Amino acid sequence: MKIKKYLLALLLSSSALLMTGSLGAEEEATAMVTSAEAAVASGDELAGDYLALLEAQGEYAYAFDFFTTSMLWTVIAAALVFLMHLGFATLEAGLTQSKNTVNILFKNVFIISIGIISYAVIGFNTHYPGDFNGWISFGSFIGDLSGPGMDTFDYGGVGLAMTAYGDFIFQAMFAATAATIVSGAVAERVKLGSFMIFATILVAIGYPVVGSWHWGGGWLGGLEGGFYDFAGSTVVHAFGGFAALGCVMLLGPRAGKYVDGKIKPILGHSMPLATIGVFLLFLGWFGFNGGSVLSANPAGIGLVFTTTALAACAGALASIAVSWIFLKKPDLTMALNGILAGLVAITAGADAMGPMASIIVGAIGGVIVVFSIIFFDKIKIDDPVGAISVHGVVGIWGTLAVGIWGGAVFMTQLIGTLAVSLTAFIFAIIIFGILKATIGIRVSTEEEAEGLDICEHGQEAYPDFASSSR
Amino acid sequence: MKLVKAVIKPFKLEEVKEALADIGIEGMTVTEVKGFGRQKGHTEIYRGSEYTVDFLPKVMVEIVVDDADTEKTTEAIVKAAKTGKIGDGKVFVIPVESATRIRTDETGPEAL
Repeated sequence: MKIKKYLLALLLSSSALLMTGSLGAEEEATAMVTSAEAAVASGDELAGDYLALLEAQGEYAYAFDFFTTSMLWTVIAAALVFLMHLGFATLEAGLTQSKNTVNILFKNVFIISIGIISYAVIGFNTHYPGDFNGWISFGSFIGDLSGPGMDTFDYGGVGLAMTAYGDFIFQAMFAATAATIVSGAVAERVKLGSFMIFATILVAIGYPVVGSWHWGGGWLGGLEGGFYDFAGSTVVHAFGGFAALGCVMLLGPRAGKYVDGKIKPILGHSMPLATIGVFLLFLGWFGFNGGSVLSANPAGIGLVFTTTALAACAGALASIAVSWIFLKKPDLTMALNGILAGLVAITAGADAMGPMASIIVGAIGGVIVVFSIIFFDKIKIDDPVGAISVHGVVGIWGTLAVGIWGGAVFMTQLIGTLAVSLTAFIFAIIIFGILKATIGIRVSTEEEAEGLDICEHGQEAYPDFASSSR
Repeated sequence: MKLVKAVIKPFKLEEVKEALADIGIEGMTVTEVKGFGRQKGHTEIYRGSEYTVDFLPKVMVEIVVDDADTEKTTEAIVKAAKTGKIGDGKVFVIPVESATRIRTDETGPEAL
C-alpha cells in the first residue's frame, strides 16, 4: 500500500514538474522572440557599435573578423598547452613510487611557474630577438606589448594572426614543457634544489637560445631548403629529451634498478594517474599543434587536428602490437608511451603531410619508442617515465620524417635535429656537471630509500593510515 | 579457548564469513596479508622487464573460540575456502591464555 502511495505521489509531482518545465520553455521562447525583435528594431544601434570597433582597426578593418577569431583560437590553444602540464604531472606521478609523489608534483608546480615568469623576464625576447647573429642574443623583459603594431593585424599579418600578448602567452606555455620532460627522467633520486636551479637555467636560457636558431630566424633557417619543425619535435621535444639524457647519465640509476647485471623493474604506483596524464597530454596536444598554425586558418587547423589525432592513435596501436609480440604481454605503460610517441613524431610535420603519411609517421614512432625504452634500460640509463625515448629519440624521428613525407630537405632536417639534440645534451652535461661538483645532484641512499616526500618535503602524498580519524 | 588463524584466498573471504556466521561465530578479525607456500609466486612484466612476485596477496582471518567449537570452526573454514587448487591456504589452531571484553571487563569464554 505504502509503495503504491509513493509511486502515485512521484507520478503526480513529476508530471507537475514536466508541465511547469514546458511552460517555462514556452515563456522563454516568447521572451527570446521579443528580444530578437527588439534587436532588429535597434539594429542600427548594434551595427553602430560593431562599425565603430571595425573603424578603430584602421587600415586592417578588412581582416578584423579573421584576426579576432585567430586571436581567440590562440589563447584557447595556450590554455590547452597549459593543461599538458597537468598531464605531465599526473603521468610522472603515476609511473613513479608513491613515496615520491609529493616531490614529482612539487617539481611540476615549480616548472610551470618559473617557466612562464622567466619567459617574460628573458625568454621571449631571447627566443625572438628580431635581427641577430643567428646563434645567440639575450633579450630583456617583455615590458608593455600593447599599442600600435602590437594589438592589431599589423603585428603578424595572416601568418601570425594574434596580438603580441597572444604570441607571448602561447609561446610561454611551450617553454616550460622542455624542463618538464627532464623532470620525469630524473625522478625519484634527484636533489630538489639542484633540479630547481637546473630547470630555471634550462627554461630561461637553454630553451630560448636554441629555439631562436629556428623560430627566432636563426641559422637553421639558412640551411638548404630551410629547417622544418612545425610545432617543435626538435626544438621542444628532442631538446628536452636529450637534456634529460645528459642529466640521467650524470645522475645514475635509482638504487635497486640494476642488480647483478639484471634489470629489476621499479613499479609505478598508479596506472590510473598515468593514463589520465596521457589523455590530458593528448587533449593538450591539439593546442600545441593546432595553435602552432598561428592563426584560425580553417584549412590549417583542420589538417593539423586530423594528422595529430591519427598519428597518436597509430602510435598507440603500433606500440601495443610491438609490446604484445616482443614482450609477450600488452603492456599498458607501453601503449601510453605509444600515444605520446605518435604525438611527438607528428609535431614536426603536422601541417606538412596528409592522413596516410601521418599514420605511418605515428606508427613508426610507436615502434621506435618500445625498442628505445628497452635499449636505454639495457645500457643502464634509468628513465622511470621513458622521457628520453618518447621526446628525445622519437623527436628526432619526427623531424626526419618531414624530410621523407613532408617535402623538407632530409639532410637539413638531419643536421638541424642533431645540432639541437647535441646542444641540449652538452648543455645539460655542463650545467648539471657544475651542480654535481658543487652542491650535489643526488639525495643520499637513505633519503632515496625513505622517499623524497618525507626527506625533502616532510609530507606524504597518501598519509591516510597514520592520521585517519575513523 | 583457541585462536583459529586461517590464511585464505582473498576472493573466498565472503564465503568463509558466511560459513562461520552459519555455525554461530559472532566476530572475527580480518587482515590483508602477503605470503607464499608451495604455490610460490608468479612472473609479471613491467615496461619490458620481467620480475617475479614472490609474495601473493592473501587474507588472514582470526577467530577466538571456545575449545568445544574449535573443530567445527576449522571444518567450516576449510569447506568454504577450498577450491582444490594450489594456494588455498592453511588453518592454524593456537591455545589462548585469556580474553577480556574491554567494555564490560568480562573474561574467559563469556568475553568472546
